[in-house]
Amino acid sequence: MSIIQILFFALSAFAIISAVMVLVSKNPIHSVLWLILVFFAISGHYILLNAQFLAIVNIIVYAGAIMVLFLFVIMLINVKKDSEPQKQFLVKLLGVVAGGSFLTLLVALVKQTAQMQGRTLLMKDGVIGLIHPLGKALFTDYVVPFEISSVLFLSAMVGAVIIGKK
Amino acid sequence: MPIQYYIYLCLALFSIGVIGVLTRRNAIVVFMCIELMLNAVNLLLVAFSKMFHGYALVQNATSTTGIDAQIFVFFIMVVAAAEVSVGLAIIVMMYRNTHSVDINFLNRLKN
Repeated sequence: MSIIQILFFALSAFAIISAVMVLVSKNPIHSVLWLILVFFAISGHYILLNAQFLAIVNIIVYAGAIMVLFLFVIMLINVKKDSEPQKQFLVKLLGVVAGGSFLTLLVALVKQTAQMQGRTLLMKDGVIGLIHPLGKALFTDYVVPFEISSVLFLSAMVGAVIIGKK
Repeated sequence: MPIQYYIYLCLALFSIGVIGVLTRRNAIVVFMCIELMLNAVNLLLVAFSKMFHGYALVQNATSTTGIDAQIFVFFIMVVAAAEVSVGLAIIVMMYRNTHSVDINFLNRLKN
C-alpha cells in the first residue's frame, strides 16, 4: 500500500468514527467537538486531493466560524444534557434501519454502475485546486454568482438580526 | 485511488447524517447533522472534479476541466454559512418562546 492509500484509509476511518460519535454523544457540546474533528478529516481529504484552497476555506469557515457559532448558541441557551428528551427506542431503531437501507441501496447501485468501473482519480497532480486557477475562474466566469452571494450574505445578516431582535 | 472508495466514504457520511436527523430530537444536533451531509456532498464533488480533471489532462495538458466543481463547493460553503446564521437565530428564537430545543415542539406551528 502506498502512502496515499494509507492516509486515505486513516482519514476515512477517522471521519466516520467521529461522525458516529456526533450522533452517539449525549452532550451537544461533545457533538460539536466531534463534528469539528470530522471537518478536519475532510480537510485532510481535500489536501490529499490537492484541493488546497478548499482545505483552508473548510477549516476557516466550517471549523472556525460555523462551529464556533454552534458552540456559542449551545452555551447561550444552556441545554442541560439530562433534560434533552430522547426519542422512543422504536423510532430510533426505525431511523437507523431507514438510514442503513439508504446506504445499502446506494452502495449496491454504485457497485453495479458500469460508468464507475475502473475510474481512478488524480491525487496529487493537477493545478485546479490551487488558488491561482480558482481565483481566475471565480472572478471571470463566476463573477455574477460571486456578487449575488454577497447580496445573500447581506440578506442573511439582516434576517438573523431581525429574527434575533424580537 | 478508485473513485468508488470516495463514493462509499461520502455515502457513509451522508447516511450517518440522515440517521442523525431521523433519530435525534435536539434541534441543534439535527442542524449539525445537516452540516455533515453538506460536507459529504462537498467531498464527493471535489473527488469527481479530480476524476474528470485527470481524464481531461490526458487529452490537453493545460486543461482546467473540473474547476467548476470546486467553485461550486466554494458556493455551497457560502450558502451553508448564511443558512447557519439564520437557522441558529431561528433556534434561539424558538428557545425563547418554548424554553426547549426539542423539535417536537415545532408541531405547534400548525395551529
